[in-house]
Amino acid sequence: MLGRWRIGTRRSEAVRPGMNFFANPSSPNLRLAVCAALSLALMVSDHHREHAAWVRSALSMVVYPLRLVADTLFVEVPRDAATWLSTRRSLIREAEALRRQLLVLGSRLERLQEIEGENRRLRELLESSVRIEDRVLVAGVLGMDTGSVSRRLVLDKGTRHGIRPGQSVIDAKGVVGQVDRVGPLSSTAVLITDTSHALPVMLARNGLRSIAVGGGSAGDLALAYLPRDADVEVGDLLVSSGLGGRFPAGYPAATVVKVETDREGRYADVRLRPLANLRRAREVLMVFPPDGPAEGADAG
Amino acid sequence: MDRPPAVPVGVIVSSFVAAYLLTSLPMAEWAAPWRPPWVALVLLYWCFAAPERVGVLVGWGCGLVLDALVGALIGQYALALGVVAWLARRSYRRVRLLPLWQQGLSVFGLMVVHQIIVSWVTGLRGLTVEALTFVSVPIAAAVVWPWIFLLLRLVRQRYQAE
Repeated sequence: MLGRWRIGTRRSEAVRPGMNFFANPSSPNLRLAVCAALSLALMVSDHHREHAAWVRSALSMVVYPLRLVADTLFVEVPRDAATWLSTRRSLIREAEALRRQLLVLGSRLERLQEIEGENRRLRELLESSVRIEDRVLVAGVLGMDTGSVSRRLVLDKGTRHGIRPGQSVIDAKGVVGQVDRVGPLSSTAVLITDTSHALPVMLARNGLRSIAVGGGSAGDLALAYLPRDADVEVGDLLVSSGLGGRFPAGYPAATVVKVETDREGRYADVRLRPLANLRRAREVLMVFPPDGPAEGADAG
Repeated sequence: MDRPPAVPVGVIVSSFVAAYLLTSLPMAEWAAPWRPPWVALVLLYWCFAAPERVGVLVGWGCGLVLDALVGALIGQYALALGVVAWLARRSYRRVRLLPLWQQGLSVFGLMVVHQIIVSWVTGLRGLTVEALTFVSVPIAAAVVWPWIFLLLRLVRQRYQAE
């Protein structure tokens, strides 16, 4: 193979005489060398999140329409078609079920509002800091990264909407992840199940603090560095503890599904299931830090 | 001049757009390693059929867009597709004359190279490499290749004729 390279270029030179510079047979090699060098430079700087930021944001502008079209074609059209094709009876049934659910949820919400009011009054009595409602923005999910390892969501809100890296993302049931990269019109969020993600949590039952580390596959999360004798039971609820200042405190994050203490290890192996619907999320809430979207730009 | 009339740029661009859309087609988790590398296949076709238009630079650019689309490290697929386009350029005179199934074999080999580069970068980042993709992606590519080839040839002949 190696020996043929040079012969190949000579032969093609003989076959196609009178070529301009760009069709020069030696030039593909040159171009490959330039491209490879550029690729390596880009990869290194992207890995360290340094100078490639503008490249990434320029590329995100190219990719944005592609993602929009793909989303319409593969998600919205099938969903609309399913709606059109579903029978009147099933629609009526669904509407009734939803109405019933609305009633139940409405009553629950009323109770919660009452409790929130009470909570605020009590906190004022205690003169502690009050968390009034967090400001949120509803974002649509444009897609999941198809990369085999990283777990990221692509959202349709970017710097134009005041989004900053580090902002936390939640859905109706719990914590989803945090904003990782922001383009002008879109952003990506690392899911809490990503291997590179760690979420400070607190056991709702007894206030025990720990860190929930992602396990790579959607629906896999574990508690890190919890001693073997820690008071954790299957079914326990974990809420974000607010330590580290990245995530607001008090959002439900996961439930404990398995507690194992192997005899040799010093730590308990606690497996969690995220409460948020990470696989099928269509809409998520992006929480702004209390100072508002204009400030708090430092992402750390 | 025995050179055939040039392929319109619009045809090439729209075939790549279709490939990107197929790449973002949602698939079940178990099927993900078997997703054919659509962009690489379309790139290979044009490298074989229109080497005066599509080569290393186009491959590299397409790879950059693919990097942004699938959330890879910027430059990862660009490097892989650049190398694949370069290899295809070196061999297009021979491969063009081969019967379809032997072309499929060449595509298999090129895709093995592609996977090695992509996995190498993934490994350098400290992420786990799924070993199955070394085989599954080239197999999927070789299986899909004849259909892509026939379809794109149909399209090309239709628009090149005028």
